[in-house]
Amino acid sequence: MTSTPTMSFSRRIAFSLTAALVWCAMAGAAASPVAAQTPAPVQEQQPIVADLSKHLVAITTGFAGTDVLLFGATDGPGDIILVVRGPQLGTVVRRKERAAGIIWANKDAVTFENAPAFYHVATSRPLEDIAPPGLLQRHQIGAGNLDLTVEGLDEGESRTEFREALVRLKTDKGLYGYEPGAVAMLANRLFRAELRFPANVPTGSYLVEVYLVRDGQVVSAEITPLVISKVGIGADVFQFAHEQSALYGIAAILIAVAAGWLAGVAFRKS
Amino acid sequence: MQIYLPIAEMSVNVFLILGMGGAVGFLSGLFGVGGGFLMTPLLIFIGVPPAVAVGTEANQIVASSVSGVLAHWRRGNVDVKMGLILLLGGLAGSGAGVVLFKILRALGQIDLAISLSYVVFLGIVGGLMFIESVNAMFRSRRSRGSPAKPQERHRGWIHRLPLKMRFRKSKLYISAILPFAVGVLVGVLAAIMGVGGGFVMVPAMIYLLGMPTQVVVGTSLFQIIFVTANTTFLQATMNQTVDVVLAILLLAGAVIGAQIGARAGAKLKGEQLRVLLALMVLVVCGKLLMGMVMTPDELYALGGGAKH
Repeated sequence: MTSTPTMSFSRRIAFSLTAALVWCAMAGAAASPVAAQTPAPVQEQQPIVADLSKHLVAITTGFAGTDVLLFGATDGPGDIILVVRGPQLGTVVRRKERAAGIIWANKDAVTFENAPAFYHVATSRPLEDIAPPGLLQRHQIGAGNLDLTVEGLDEGESRTEFREALVRLKTDKGLYGYEPGAVAMLANRLFRAELRFPANVPTGSYLVEVYLVRDGQVVSAEITPLVISKVGIGADVFQFAHEQSALYGIAAILIAVAAGWLAGVAFRKS
Repeated sequence: MQIYLPIAEMSVNVFLILGMGGAVGFLSGLFGVGGGFLMTPLLIFIGVPPAVAVGTEANQIVASSVSGVLAHWRRGNVDVKMGLILLLGGLAGSGAGVVLFKILRALGQIDLAISLSYVVFLGIVGGLMFIESVNAMFRSRRSRGSPAKPQERHRGWIHRLPLKMRFRKSKLYISAILPFAVGVLVGVLAAIMGVGGGFVMVPAMIYLLGMPTQVVVGTSLFQIIFVTANTTFLQATMNQTVDVVLAILLLAGAVIGAQIGARAGAKLKGEQLRVLLALMVLVVCGKLLMGMVMTPDELYALGGGAKH
């Protein structure tokens, strides 16, 4: 049995102080949950974060167009540019000319290989107020800045006319659009916008790009995907028509014959 | 109430389509035409892509023609023998027509071909028919009730053709080549324009073959059933342009309209029917001609070249 060693006084104080410090640290750690749960050093807040109310637009039998809500937050004041790009489909634009001096008929045609099937731009303020043309060209923001490679025409003037025609025709159909001020901002932090998709919207994968612009520079950006596809009976019919065309044709004929017969029989008492 | 059409890739108002089907079906039962030459432009007007309008309309005509044939059959107005020969010609013609349609579509000239065909045929047929039927009406009024026969001059070469057959219901003894040729012509038009071809068939049967008007209506519808069924099948397999959802909506109205039209037609005299048909044909022709000749608002159009 050893005798209880007597700690010297200074040693006792050092020990108490260390214990007290450890106790304070632990109390402090318990009091601040962030510090307790995040072992890594605290991250900088993302300048912009965004999301969609739904990532799948299902085209069902009663589809007559739909709205998708885009919402998000920024870390401070700034302007938002929202770009919705649809899948790239080869699009043909035809121009009418007077054939034989009397009749208007299609003559020249141009194929735009890279034209997006759907292209909408929405901003918190008009584009020319928030970003210089160079920036818009770099990010292909705005229908005029789209890379519409043209196959099949040489003269410069005609090429511009066809490009403008493509944008005009698509805009008339509601597939291309530019809505300045459509992005609503709250307290320089929150933003929201309604994306309108008309009934004739093409199916495929869409990209929704959100840019935060400050002082004419893109500070940050987010890209979020959106898929539009036929779902349900419409999709089955479409698939049936394309994959088993012969059977589809016969089925369509039989339905017609049956319906005609039914009406004929129903009206028998004349 | 809106419904989405999976092949046309657009949405339409259900009641509008039912109404359109009913109105055009009525005309079909009344005149023995398929109604396509009215319905196809109407469908295009409401925004259905032209190629889908043509393919789907052929499908709808099958239904309204079946309905109309049954109504006319009950009155003994269908000459099956004549119909079958017309039919053979029609099948040959519509097969060639669908191939031609595909070629024209690839060339981007399908719109022009459709418009030109409509204007030329509607104009000729409508004009001639109008003149003839007005004359017939004046003649019958002047001679107070004696029925006027439309074809009074007998063109010699028609009666010298071989393969003569007896057609009892039509009370005719003519060469079988004639109905066959008429059938081929109608078949080609049917495939390119999405019509049953009745508006060419009916006058051809009346004036070229000399059949009585009442038998013409039922027999024409009989032949149209097969030609349009063939067109539907070929358009579905070669071009995938038949939207069965749209077709069902259209035919729901059309089959009922055809029954009512057939009943109304039985109450009219031959000449009256012909005048009305001629007028309708001329109006449609005039409108199409104006559309082709007047400077259009928009010179550019999106082609159907998009590939999924």
